[in-house]
Amino acid sequence: MRMLNKTLISFIALFFLLIGNSYSDNIKIGTEGAYPPWNAKDASGKLIGFEVDLAFELCKIMGHSCSIVEQDWDGMIPALQSGKFDAIMAGMSITDERKKKINFSQGYADEVASFAVVKGSKIKPRTVKSINLNEIDSADQKTLDALKKAFEGKIIGVQTGTIHQNFLKSGQIGKVNVWTYKTQDEVNLDLAAGRIDAALAAAVAFEDYNSKAGNVLNLVGPTFSGGTFGSGVGVGIRKNDSQLLNDFNSSIDTARKKGIIKKLAIKHFGFDASM
Amino acid sequence: MELLIFGDKGWGDELFYATLMTISVAITAFLIGFFFAFIFVPVKLSKNKILKFIGNTYTTVFRGVPELLIIYLFFFGGSGAVMYVAKIFGYNEYIEINAFLTGALSIGLISGAYSTEVFRGAILSIGSGQFEGAKSLGLKKITYFIYVILPQVLRLAIPNLGNVWQITLKDTALISVTGLVEIMRQSYIAAGSTRNPLFFYIFAAVIYLILTTFSLKFFNKLERKYNFS
Amino acid sequence: MNLMIEKIPELLNATILTIQLTLFSLIVGIFLGLFFAILRLNKNKVVSGFSYYYSFIFRGTPLLVQLFIIYFGLAQLEFIRESFLWTVLKKPFWCAIIAFALNTGAYTAEIFRSGFEKVDKQLIDAAKSLGMSKYNTFYKIILPVGLKRSIPAYGNEMILMLKGTSLASTVTLIDLTGAAKYIISTHFNPVEVFIFTGSIYLFFTFLIHNFIKFIEKKTNYIYKT
Repeated sequence: MRMLNKTLISFIALFFLLIGNSYSDNIKIGTEGAYPPWNAKDASGKLIGFEVDLAFELCKIMGHSCSIVEQDWDGMIPALQSGKFDAIMAGMSITDERKKKINFSQGYADEVASFAVVKGSKIKPRTVKSINLNEIDSADQKTLDALKKAFEGKIIGVQTGTIHQNFLKSGQIGKVNVWTYKTQDEVNLDLAAGRIDAALAAAVAFEDYNSKAGNVLNLVGPTFSGGTFGSGVGVGIRKNDSQLLNDFNSSIDTARKKGIIKKLAIKHFGFDASM
Repeated sequence: MELLIFGDKGWGDELFYATLMTISVAITAFLIGFFFAFIFVPVKLSKNKILKFIGNTYTTVFRGVPELLIIYLFFFGGSGAVMYVAKIFGYNEYIEINAFLTGALSIGLISGAYSTEVFRGAILSIGSGQFEGAKSLGLKKITYFIYVILPQVLRLAIPNLGNVWQITLKDTALISVTGLVEIMRQSYIAAGSTRNPLFFYIFAAVIYLILTTFSLKFFNKLERKYNFS
Repeated sequence: MNLMIEKIPELLNATILTIQLTLFSLIVGIFLGLFFAILRLNKNKVVSGFSYYYSFIFRGTPLLVQLFIIYFGLAQLEFIRESFLWTVLKKPFWCAIIAFALNTGAYTAEIFRSGFEKVDKQLIDAAKSLGMSKYNTFYKIILPVGLKRSIPAYGNEMILMLKGTSLASTVTLIDLTGAAKYIISTHFNPVEVFIFTGSIYLFFTFLIHNFIKFIEKKTNYIYKT
């Protein structure tokens, strides 16, 4: 019986040890680590990318210590809400839908979305145009109609729970067959293998893949922004955390004035994506 | 092969640590399973109908619902559930349930359902004659259980526990969806980063094969050691 | 619960996919299992060894790894993408079926093999003394008796396969688990979804359980044991 008691006590002790209490002054920032060049993981298992660098810069300005927490994309918002971390910096665009659940800081960078196909595909290469879905003119509409025709019945891959998936589901591009993936890496693999006809993601995500895999993809159609694509990428913060929201907003202001965001964007994206 | 170099350039050291993680999460889950079996075997053997129903529900649900669905329940709902319970006790801070515990607990609950069935079967096969014998000797129930029944049950249960262990070990691959960096997760990251899924998934399969083969040998040895009959 | 009722059309499609995956895999798997169980009895060491290692590999590794090797791994090879195999491997559905069938086939082979081994030696001796040929002894005695003995264990394997199909959700297919996960990640209501979809799986488990009981009863008249 004594032995039994001992085991039971050590079990309970172990349980509380593992649960622990994580409260401290340290700000924890969640990122995905699978969306290069925004955020990724290198061969030593370290989180890298534009947002990882920027997060540390912002924390330096705020005078806080920070740690980066890895979190799968599909559990990002639930994890923020349950308190696993305090802020999201994961290439997450500011959209009305997400604003219902969490707050966003001002945007720190902007991304445009683009379709990509594997080289040799019959779908035509890039039109130089960019379309802002908030202000569609007749020429834009023509481009959209042409895309609708080219993509009719085609299989298009996107990462699950993204603005890109929402856009395809909105019907603005007509009836397409949408396949969803857990990560952008998986989308790229299946696109390169030829399992899907096209993919939709941030243009830089495809450019990054091209630079690593040897230019196997072509970006096609116009680039997209506005509308379902939201208004830039910002820091996601819990609804009741207004102090942290203010801190992030002012630190982004400072970082922008000092040219830090621009410098990091050019380092990771190859152009100035700051906003 | 250079993909497997230890250090910053290759994935060798990462996969090595991931293997250790797989082993430790599997062992933890297996032990958590024992803990649940310890509770649910008596519950299932009880003559009380309500208790029996609770016991049966546990084993039916956790053996009949896909592991992945159970893991998603814990992954998306785990922290919330624990914090809800903590709130009842007046504790309002965030409680971190790390990926390790989420994974070990969900796999452990499944493992426990299988272990419960194994132990129950072993106890039933010992027969009630022995219990009556104990009564006539005037032994206390608990003393008798620990010194006479338990060793026999364990011996009878070893081969089937070996199977439960194999199931548990392989189930840990599914925890990768929660972000715990075990073999499968690390291979997934490496495959995405190097665009070489074939190599890394085959390598992962080889690691699992080595683990399952060694544990099979271990359980066979145990079986031989304790099989007096 | 209103949300779940709203989602019934989506869940219905997902349930149909889960049923399709389970049935297809089990049907292909039972033939694979039978084939490899018979190979295993072969005196030729290469032939029986081939069967042994098939079971060893597919039972010793997680199904998820097998599925990923077939889905992501094989797609990486150019000669596969250029061969006729690609028309099949291109489709996630068929990749899933191939992985599941090979997996359940390995377990089924073991179940049948141990079923064959459980056939009474006396029964085989009796057949011998009646002058039955080896071939006849196997196909008329060992095979039917062994298969009948395998029914309960095979029932468990059917349930394991039903649960295994949930992995299809990791390769873009929206089966019951895939649909459940999608609803959870967009509406954050894990418990509700778990209870609802979990009950559907339990219902199928229940069906399989009773189906096996029925088959056991039906086949009992052949050889009372």
